[in-house]
This record gives sequence, structure tokens and C-alpha cells, in this order.
Amino acid sequence: MSLFQLDNVDVAYNGDPILKNISLSIDEGEKLLVMGPSGAGKTTLLRKLFEVKPEKTAFIHQDFALVPQLSVFHNIYAGRLDANGWVRNLRNLVKPRDAATEEVGSIADRVGLGSHLWARVSELSGGQQQRTAVARAIYRGVDVILADEPVASVDPRQSTEILDLLIGSADTVVVTLHNISLGMETFSRAIGLKNGRLQFDTPSSSVTRKSIEQLYEPC
Amino acid sequence: MLKTSLHFLVLGFFLLLFADLEVTVLDPWIELPRIFSGLVTPDLLSLWSMRVALLNTLIFALCGIALAIAMGIPLAFAFSLAPVRMGCAVVRAVHEIFWAFIFLPIVGLNPVCGVFAIAVPYAGIFAKVFAEIRQESDQRPLRALPIGADWFSRFCYGVFPIVTRSLRNYTAYRFECALRSSAVLGFIGLPTLGFQLETAFREGNYSEAAAILYLFYMLILSLKVWLKPKLVPIWLAGAFVLLAKDVSFRWENVTRFGREILPWPMRREGFAAGTDALKLAPAETYAWLQSLFQNQGIHGLWNTLVLTQIALAVTGLVAVFTFPVVCRHFSGRPTRSLGNLLLVVLRTTPEYIIAYILIQLWGPSMLPAILAISVHNGAIMAHLTGGQANQLDLRLDAPSRRSDRFGFEVLPRVYGQLLAFLFYRWEVIARESAILGILGVYTLGFYIDSAVSTDKLDQAMALIGLSVLLNVGIDAVSQAVRRWLRLSVGELVTLRE
Repeated sequence: MSLFQLDNVDVAYNGDPILKNISLSIDEGEKLLVMGPSGAGKTTLLRKLFEVKPEKTAFIHQDFALVPQLSVFHNIYAGRLDANGWVRNLRNLVKPRDAATEEVGSIADRVGLGSHLWARVSELSGGQQQRTAVARAIYRGVDVILADEPVASVDPRQSTEILDLLIGSADTVVVTLHNISLGMETFSRAIGLKNGRLQFDTPSSSVTRKSIEQLYEPC
Repeated sequence: MLKTSLHFLVLGFFLLLFADLEVTVLDPWIELPRIFSGLVTPDLLSLWSMRVALLNTLIFALCGIALAIAMGIPLAFAFSLAPVRMGCAVVRAVHEIFWAFIFLPIVGLNPVCGVFAIAVPYAGIFAKVFAEIRQESDQRPLRALPIGADWFSRFCYGVFPIVTRSLRNYTAYRFECALRSSAVLGFIGLPTLGFQLETAFREGNYSEAAAILYLFYMLILSLKVWLKPKLVPIWLAGAFVLLAKDVSFRWENVTRFGREILPWPMRREGFAAGTDALKLAPAETYAWLQSLFQNQGIHGLWNTLVLTQIALAVTGLVAVFTFPVVCRHFSGRPTRSLGNLLLVVLRTTPEYIIAYILIQLWGPSMLPAILAISVHNGAIMAHLTGGQANQLDLRLDAPSRRSDRFGFEVLPRVYGQLLAFLFYRWEVIARESAILGILGVYTLGFYIDSAVSTDKLDQAMALIGLSVLLNVGIDAVSQAVRRWLRLSVGELVTLRE
């Protein structure tokens, strides 16, 4: 069943076209990789997808969009604020309860931040911040995760782990990646974007070296 | 940070036990309908008779600011010298109204008194802020200049171009403050809009009072229109010419003032003998000081401190809970417009005027004073914090419920600056707490005002000295707290308050 359906979509920002004539259909359960050079329109595409079902979608921002003044716990917990009443949220903001700590702690463990649960995000390294953002999206517990460059700041071994984790955490996952050596095998399908146009759309196993070279070649 | 805030909050509420919050009038709301009907039926025709007061308000502010800048710039360059820093701190710690009390016996009740009352404290403020702007400016271009270049060229090429914008913004903001100060000086008898406002209020002529208030708002809101950089020299020249007409200066006033501020025990014998001879009398002077402190100073100091701490806590609360009204993450456009209008009115109206109006309603007690200070300062801070929060971009999957957004996304991000700014204003709040004594709250201003009106300049000066100590002390504590919490006000101070 098709979850996202774009038909000849154009997006312009201040008169500059960002996405041109994009047609794309993503089914429930698909794991989609979006490739392309910077400025190709990857982020814009993700944002477009987010608009379809905003309340049932988690979004991982390229710049993490964390609250640096709060702890790792609070940032992850903030992913699921809509599941609780405001009184409980306020209470957990001031003094986290054991149940919440346990729940959030187990997610933090899975991204390797278990020992930093009470550290302020501003005190973390770039990689640790990125993992906090990933953990928040996972904790959100929704069917769709849209992730914009979710492993740009972590090392290669962790990258693979995090991508696996993301893919295992939601039914439908769409990820943009800069580093194309990663992830091919993890995803079921890959699309290439260049200058706002769709260059290819194939099962990721059949993406060829040549099509990638063409994608990143300056025009 | 949260813990420190809670301590201040608890302290503020604890001190409420010691505050006199009684409403002393029989029916606190009896005047309100009349004031309200005045606000909706402003007597615009009466404004024609306000033209001289309006002109004076402008002259005081323009000349005051010009002199303050002229004194402030050289002081800013010398600000690394400890005596200059200390002198500026003392000068700043004395409120404009107290300065007017000091200049009144020297130059008499004429415009020069108002101009000096603004120029002197503002010079201290300019010295400090200009020096800070220079220190905090980007130092890299300066380091890239040839080492052999002379001091003046280095300043012109490496410092001035970088700081001009901040300097201009800050000066514009200060001019707005000067207009407020100028108006408030009218309440102690100088011929500005405040004098007319006070008269209208005292006579219960609320339509006229409303018209004056609206005129004042228009004056400030239209600043950008009539205060164009190119026109400034013309305005200044005009202001100084008009001021010069009124200058009357007699040297004997200065010497008389110099004598009368000396403690009474030093003058008593000369006064009795009719020779005006002075005598050093350390023991009697000490006893005099002690009795002044025990009978007046300690009460004034305590009440000023109580009012300051309560108002500080309430100001923080007002800021935290009202900034969402003008923030795009919480309020729609109509709410924001309305909220902005309200905040503009509240921060444009000086605390003194808000307190004056509330005291007309409820009689003198700490209640109107607390409200006036925290509403005015809270509005300034809510405006700044709202602006800062509007610059934040929240994540796409941010919580939709407002309380969640507030607690988990927005407040944590802006809280540090909010707190830094609140502590920055602590000193301002203390100064204002002392001043509101003039309206009948028993803070230092009450005792200073009584001493001035009974011609006891020596007592007035000693009590003003006490208010300086309080302010300098609070400033030191505030700096320590900010350093300890590693808070920085950053650009906020120099951009817009």
C-alpha cells in the first residue's frame, strides 16, 4: 500500500526551484535511501514527505535540533511528549520518574549513550549529539522515520550500527546520506537526486558504480 | 541555574512577610472607572498648552544625552583605570531624581538642573557600556593590522568600524531612556511633561492626563521618524540654544551647597555664631551619622532591599510567563500583535508613572511599587525573550501541545539569557525601589525626599550615599552570580532593551 505519493511535485524557495517535477511513491515497510550531492534537494524532499503525516512521523534533522541546555534524558524523552499528559511531562522535566528513566535509559543504551544519560547535550561531542537525535526519533515510536544525514558526525562502525538500528525501529524509513559507501546493503531501495530532479530509482542492489559517478559529477 | 532561580524566588516570597502590602484607601477601585473613562476620552485640545513642557522634555533629553556622550567617551577610554571604574559606578548608582535633588540647590529649579541630572548618571552608564562594547567586539581585525601602526589609526581601522553599529543602537536606546527620565523629572517639579501629568492626575483631570500619556507614547514611538541621524545636529543646536536662554548660575549657590552638605555637627557652632565657620568634630559627626542611620537609614535600606528582592522575583515570573504571548511558537498573529502593543505600552511607561497611578488607586504601600517595577521590567524582558525565542527554529516533529513546547523546547533554550538579563537589571530594580520612596513607600527615597523638603541637605547626602553603597553592593553580587552561573547577556544589552 502506498504511504507517500508525490505526482509531478515542484517546490521553489524564494523563486528558486529546489525540486522539479518529482514523482515518487513509497510503500509502507520500505527502507529508502536518498542519495545526491549537497544542494540536490534531499532535505526539501524529506520535508515534503513529513507534511503528509506529521503527527505519525519522526524527523531527524541534519543539525540535530536538540535542546543543548537539557540533558540527554530530557531530549530523548521529548520525542514522546504527545503520549503523556502535560502534568506528567512537567514533572519529568523537573524530576524524572523511575519508569521514564528506565524507558529512556534503555534507548540511550542502544545508541551507546547509557552512561551519558544525565549529561547536558551542550557538553557532548558532535557524534554523541547525533546519537541523541537518533534516540529521540526512535523513542518517538512511530511508524515512519525520516532521517536527514543521521550518521554524518559518527565514525564508520557506529554509522552502520545506527543505520541498522533506525531501520529496525520503524516500519518505513527514509534516509538521506552523503557518504554512499554506507548503507547500500541495508536499504531495499535507492533513489538519486541531482539539481532537484530524480536521476534514478531502483532497488539498492542494482545501483551501479556508474550511476553513482554520474550523480556526483559536476554538471 | 534552576536551583539559583528557586532560591531567589523563595527569598522573594519569604520577604513578602515583611512587606507592607496594605491597601490604605477605603475603596481601591473607586477611581478606576474615572481613570478608564479618561483614557478613552483624552482631552487632545489641552495638548496645546503642553507645548512648553513638551519642548522642555526634549531639551532635557537631547542636551543630557549629548553631554553624557561627551563625558562618557573619554571615560570609556580610561575605563581600565580602577578609580575611573569606581567613579562611574558611584555616579551610575545614583538615580536621576536623586541627582536632580543634588543639582536643585546648586543651579536652582531651571532646565540646567534637569539636563545635569540626566547627563551625569548617563555619562557613567555610557562609559561602562562603550568600554564593554569595545572589549567584546571582534578582536581579530585589530590583530591583523600592522604592529607599527599608531594608536589612533589602529582604533580607526580596527575598532571603530566594528563597533559603530552597536554604539549607534545603544545610543538610540539610551535616548529613549532619557526621554523617560526627562518626563519623570517633572514629578519633582521640573517643567517637563511629567509635571503636567502629575498636576492633571492630582486634580483628577484624567482626560488631560490620558492625552499627555498618549503624547508621550507618540513621542517615543515616532523616534525613528524625527530622530534621523542627519537631523541630530539641528536638534542638538536648537536644544542648546534654548537651554542657554535659561542658564542662571551663581557661584555663591555652589559654595552654600558645599557647606550645607557637610554634617550638621561640623557647622553647628559657626551657625550659632553667625560666622559660618566649620569645625572638625569627629566624635559628634559619628554620633550624628549613627543616629541618622538608626532612625532612618536602616529602615530605608531594609525596605529598599525587601522591595528589590520581591520585585526581582516577580519580574522574573512576569517575563517567563508573558513572553509566549509574543512568540510565534505559542501565539497566532492577532494575539502576538495585541501582546506586542501591550508590552510596548508597559515598557514605554516609566515605573515611576505606573507606580504613581497605582498609588492614586490603592494608597502608598509596597503593593503598587512591586507591581509597577515588575510589570515594567517584566515587559522589557518578555519583549527581548520573545524576540530571541522567535529566532529559534523548532524541529519538525516538535510537540504540538503548548505546555510541552514551552517546557521542553523553548524555555530551556532562552532561560540562560533571560536569567542573565534579569540579574543585569537587578541594579536597575534596586535603584527604582529606592526612588519609589518619594511616592510614600518607606524605602530610602522616602527619607531622602523628607530630608530634601526640610532643607537637611547633609542628611539627604548621607542617605544618598547609603543608596550608592546598596547599589554598588548589588551590582557586585549580581556580577558574581552571573559569573558563577556562567551567564552572559551577550548582544542583548547593546542591541535593544
